Amino acid sequence: METIPILRVQDCLLVSIQVDMHDRLAAALQDDLTNKIVETHARGVMIDISALEIVDSFMGRMLNNIAAAARLLDAVTVVVGMRPAVAITLVELGLTMTGVRTALNVDRGLALIRRLIDDSGAPFGDRQA
Amino acid sequence: MAIVKHEVVDIRSSDDVVRVRQLVRGWSLECGFSLVDQTKIVTAASELARNTLLHGGGGNLSLDRLEDGGRRGLRLTFSDRGPGIADIDRAMQEGYTTGNGLGLGLSGAKRLSNDFAIRSAPGDGTTVTIARWK
Repeated sequence: METIPILRVQDCLLVSIQVDMHDRLAAALQDDLTNKIVETHARGVMIDISALEIVDSFMGRMLNNIAAAARLLDAVTVVVGMRPAVAITLVELGLTMTGVRTALNVDRGLALIRRLIDDSGAPFGDRQA
Repeated sequence: MAIVKHEVVDIRSSDDVVRVRQLVRGWSLECGFSLVDQTKIVTAASELARNTLLHGGGGNLSLDRLEDGGRRGLRLTFSDRGPGIADIDRAMQEGYTTGNGLGLGLSGAKRLSNDFAIRSAPGDGTTVTIARWK
């Protein structure tokens, strides 16, 4: 079965969704990412959706769920690259992606993740600077 | 009002939902819709195709390209022979769901369209028609 690759860069996981996802693939990505956070001790997750022509309520829920699960595992999630037409449509659809942080592009997304991780403070000594 | 192009496609799997999105994208391009309007109708189609699959147990989509005077429009009719909807008003409410979704499918599709109609009865399937005009 096709999968969406997850790249690890330092303490972050990067995902770029390049295909028009059917629902099973979206659900699989949610599972894969959550497992990978635990496996790699990642502190940040960046999801690039710049190639997505639409985000419907199912995909929106997937992004929400990823962010919620990541938060429980002490990782922050930032969604980057949303197209303007997608943003307008999501508002009209009524989908509030509460709990998902967004940034305009990958650069800003990485900077935001870094800031969010730093703000969350170092826990009991096992964190790198 | 004239129908200038017509096609019917099955919705039997989540791959079909993806195909519906791509098909509607192509048709809305032919209608000359703006990028935002394309995105709206494709998103609405995605919601309704998923409803047809999950709640209706599969069905079909009928696409019609319309011309009305100088106006061009795209009409999408999603039909299934599933269990139907007992309380349409409730089903239309934002946030109401019988599945495990967000309850945005019907209400969201309505907001993303210019015209919206729904016909359903328990045991008699569901037909949802939306249209978007340029």
